[in-house]
Amino acid sequence: MTALLALFVRELKLATRVGGGALMGSLFFLIVVTVVPFGVGPDLALLARIGPAILWIGALLATLLSLDRLFQADRDDGCLDLIVAGETPLELVVLVKCLAHWTATGLPLVVVSPLFAVFLNMEPTAIAATTTTLLVGTPALTFIGAIGAALTVSLRRGGLLLAILVLPLTVPVMIFGVSAATAAVSEPVPFLTPFLILSALGLFAAVLGPVAGAAALRFAGD
Amino acid sequence: MRLIDYANPTRFLGLVARLLPWIAGATAVTFAIGLWLVFAVAPADYQQGETVKIMYVHVPCAWLSMFCYMTMAGSALGTLVWRHPLADVSAKCAAPIGAAFTFLALATGSLWGKPMWGTWWVWDARLTSVLVLFIMYLGLIALTETIEDPVRAARAGAVLTLVGVVNIPIIKFSVEWWNTLHQPASVFRMGGSTIDPAMLVPLLVMAGAFTGLFVTVHLMAMRNEILRRRIRAMRMIEASRAE
Repeated sequence: MTALLALFVRELKLATRVGGGALMGSLFFLIVVTVVPFGVGPDLALLARIGPAILWIGALLATLLSLDRLFQADRDDGCLDLIVAGETPLELVVLVKCLAHWTATGLPLVVVSPLFAVFLNMEPTAIAATTTTLLVGTPALTFIGAIGAALTVSLRRGGLLLAILVLPLTVPVMIFGVSAATAAVSEPVPFLTPFLILSALGLFAAVLGPVAGAAALRFAGD
Repeated sequence: MRLIDYANPTRFLGLVARLLPWIAGATAVTFAIGLWLVFAVAPADYQQGETVKIMYVHVPCAWLSMFCYMTMAGSALGTLVWRHPLADVSAKCAAPIGAAFTFLALATGSLWGKPMWGTWWVWDARLTSVLVLFIMYLGLIALTETIEDPVRAARAGAVLTLVGVVNIPIIKFSVEWWNTLHQPASVFRMGGSTIDPAMLVPLLVMAGAFTGLFVTVHLMAMRNEILRRRIRAMRMIEASRAE
């Protein structure tokens, strides 16, 4: 337990002190949100309607961009071999690394999303719903992304491949996240139904990600 | 005769050499019968007219796109659990074939959708999940091509294949979970098929023919891959001798 806690603190320190991961991710998120009105035009009614989707796509892309650092730095300095060879179960290590990574890069995205929602002219209910779905959904994205990060860890330029591998797997999270967020403002569908499915996907990813990621890391080391 | 007996590639190649002419021949005969049934015997649909003939290619391709993925998932288990040396050959060779069948299913469905639905493409649950399957095939091919060492490439591919299996039930049941434009299953369902025998028989014959085509092409691809690996091994021996 103390080993895992130490790992969590270490990851968090590395993520916040080296290279400013939290700030970069949020900055990228801001740029994605800014670029969309240039593309679709400054129609406030349209932006309010597609706002949840824009925020979700922005958060997804920002999460993807930060994923290659999940295991890459550890592999470069040799820590990863020690961790794989160590006696702490690798699945738990991956879980803790994902949690720390999410705290450093995913949580800031959730925190800034209400502010960006105001840019997109979204209603208060929609802002609250989108922020809640992002809070539940972004850990799932990180867990699923960990599989791709572990698979591509031994590759020199794995960044693009990582995105190609991870994006199809994140489609269900994306679908239910956006549909829960839009259901909060449009009448017929209740918010809770897609939100519960989103939460279930999050829990499922929390199991699948660490197990598959640990398997991939073991095979990459052989 | 157990699966492990064919871990020896030479023995497997011998088996392939014996079986392949028969499987290929049976596939050709089934295709001939199936195409004859489709174009000469099967009636035109009272609503769809002659475009219903697209269905005899579209449905088998769609079935095989999933069947092929399940073959890869089975091979992935063989790679990770039993370390069967031919399992990774099988998985690697099935990926391009599966991608081709998925592409054909999407393309023929689109050709049918233009006259029937009035659009080439809709973002319906079944269509979207099959498109995701197609992207996953391409991602798997990209991953195994990027990693140089065949053994490590196979293991990475196997992990990703097993993770992606989640998508298969989503494709299968998407038309029932989400009530969307694509028609629900009509051949394999509780309470029997709802297709008229005059159309069901040609469809099943065509499905058999396409499955035969998959087995034939898969075995040929596996044979080529084994030979390719032998050449690679010979070259490496040659190179180490030259030093």
